[in-house]
Amino acid sequence: MKLRYIAMRLVKTVLVAIAVVLLSFFLIRLAPGDVATVMAGQAGYADEAYMKSLRAEYGLDQPMPVQLWKYVDQVAHGDLGLSYVRSQPVLTIIMERLPNTLLLDAFALVIAAVGGIWLGGTAARRPGSAVDNLTTVLAMLFYSVPQFWLGMMMMLVFAVWLNWLPPFGIETMGADYTGLARLGDVGLHILLPGMTLAFYFMASYARLTRTAMIEVAEQDFVKTARAKGISERQVARRHILRNALIPLITYAGLQASILVGGNVLVENVFSWPGVGTLAYEAVSSRDNPLLLGIFIVTAILVSLFNLITDIAYSIVDPRVELGQ
Amino acid sequence: MNFLRRFFSRPTALLGFVVFAAIVVIALAAPLIFARGPFVIVGMPLLPPGAPSLPAGSDVLGRNMMVGLAYGARVSLLVGICATLCAAGMGVLLGSVAGYYGGLVDDLLMRVTEFFQIIPAFVLLMVLVAFLQPSLESAVIGIALISWPQVARVVRGEFLSLRSREFVEAARTLGMRDAAIIFTQILPNALPPIVVISSMMVGNAILAESALSFLGLGDPNLLSWGSMIEGARSAMWVAWWTTVLPGLSIMITVLALNLIGDGLNDALNPRRGR
Repeated sequence: MKLRYIAMRLVKTVLVAIAVVLLSFFLIRLAPGDVATVMAGQAGYADEAYMKSLRAEYGLDQPMPVQLWKYVDQVAHGDLGLSYVRSQPVLTIIMERLPNTLLLDAFALVIAAVGGIWLGGTAARRPGSAVDNLTTVLAMLFYSVPQFWLGMMMMLVFAVWLNWLPPFGIETMGADYTGLARLGDVGLHILLPGMTLAFYFMASYARLTRTAMIEVAEQDFVKTARAKGISERQVARRHILRNALIPLITYAGLQASILVGGNVLVENVFSWPGVGTLAYEAVSSRDNPLLLGIFIVTAILVSLFNLITDIAYSIVDPRVELGQ
Repeated sequence: MNFLRRFFSRPTALLGFVVFAAIVVIALAAPLIFARGPFVIVGMPLLPPGAPSLPAGSDVLGRNMMVGLAYGARVSLLVGICATLCAAGMGVLLGSVAGYYGGLVDDLLMRVTEFFQIIPAFVLLMVLVAFLQPSLESAVIGIALISWPQVARVVRGEFLSLRSREFVEAARTLGMRDAAIIFTQILPNALPPIVVISSMMVGNAILAESALSFLGLGDPNLLSWGSMIEGARSAMWVAWWTTVLPGLSIMITVLALNLIGDGLNDALNPRRGR
């Protein structure tokens, strides 16, 4: 049963990837002009014959279905086209930046999970207490604040006014640290953008953990555990929290697409050299193939992440069956 | 009315409503109070707030921040409300058809909404607006396109649970056409959750618009809160008010909308509670 579930999810992921590529093909047609006009613009030279030869070279004179098939074939082979501005393959540029973004996201998600579960757990144990109310208020604030502005405020307070943390980049320029010193340097630089990204998710996780824990606490097996004479601490940790955490796995998957949006804004504020900053560079230099490539790559990565969280969920919760 | 009393009896909902109403008044009155528009240079750049003529200070170019903030409210509200109306319209139409008829249409719609949940919506929004050319219209279209699936999901769920109720059976027995049943019988009963999600969506649309403007994807002919922050990035270190004030404006507006949404949720579903 479980294998079938995983196989079905795999098929779904492939279908999502295909849909993303189809959507991209039609998005290209939204932009005014085609590759030929851009190339001719760069060459500063555009008579009829030259345009025609360019269109033939890029297959733009062929019928739509043929163009679509060619596009799908290209993308399937990892060819996302050339960047207009850098004349490098789009995929190469993205892959160069991807590790920095993954590092930032991993850091943010760990902070968000640890902080959120702690806050939510504390709030659930005493509903109506100060911690509980504080969690609700903070969640409301973090849902209402523009993430890029929150980042700027963090920078203003911790980098400009207090001068505790570096405001920009991933490491100190020209310091050439190696080994542990470099790790520490990156660790200092990651704090501000990482925390900014983490706050929103921390608020969500706290609320979710709180609701789930209160729900689980009412179930019979918890009463049984108490009746057996296990200490309240053990009941909370082993029986309630463990079961309450299961929905968080699915939630992390569903939120991954929001995380990517946060990357674009927060990386840009802190000049973090990741895919998010790259998306901004693509917008400001009107590098359409690069922007579209970032959409395709991030969409496929998010759907892969969803696949992983779904499989993890099915392993943690044996009740998951096909079709859920 | 019972519902209004329940809504206004919550202090947070009342606060949200008053703040939001004030922002709407400022947005509507901006061209009357500040007839010369937000782009006029009125003095030295980066003057701190406090002077009688410049209560919110001046920006990098010496423009009156107060005027910019008032005009920015127009852009935020216009985009937020228009995008939400478009998204709600699409979501209601597709969600009701899917929920009412079920079957293949429903399957298809659910796959589409799942697709939209998985793909990074904000990057798609950037692509849409960049490719359509940044403008007020493209922001509205783009935000509506990435937000309608949320509404469709909610509407579909309501229709699924309502379509087999007695009053719908009765309407069918009376010989009402499907369209009439959907719009006059089921939809009014499905309105509460649609209203709640819409009020929250206005806030999210305002956040999305400000993020677009911050990335330089806003309408180049209009001053919005997001573009004010973007324009002040170089001055942030020396003139905090140039970034702090527009950001606070966004946050207060969205917070007010979220408080209203929370209040509506409680007032419309008195039994469900929190």
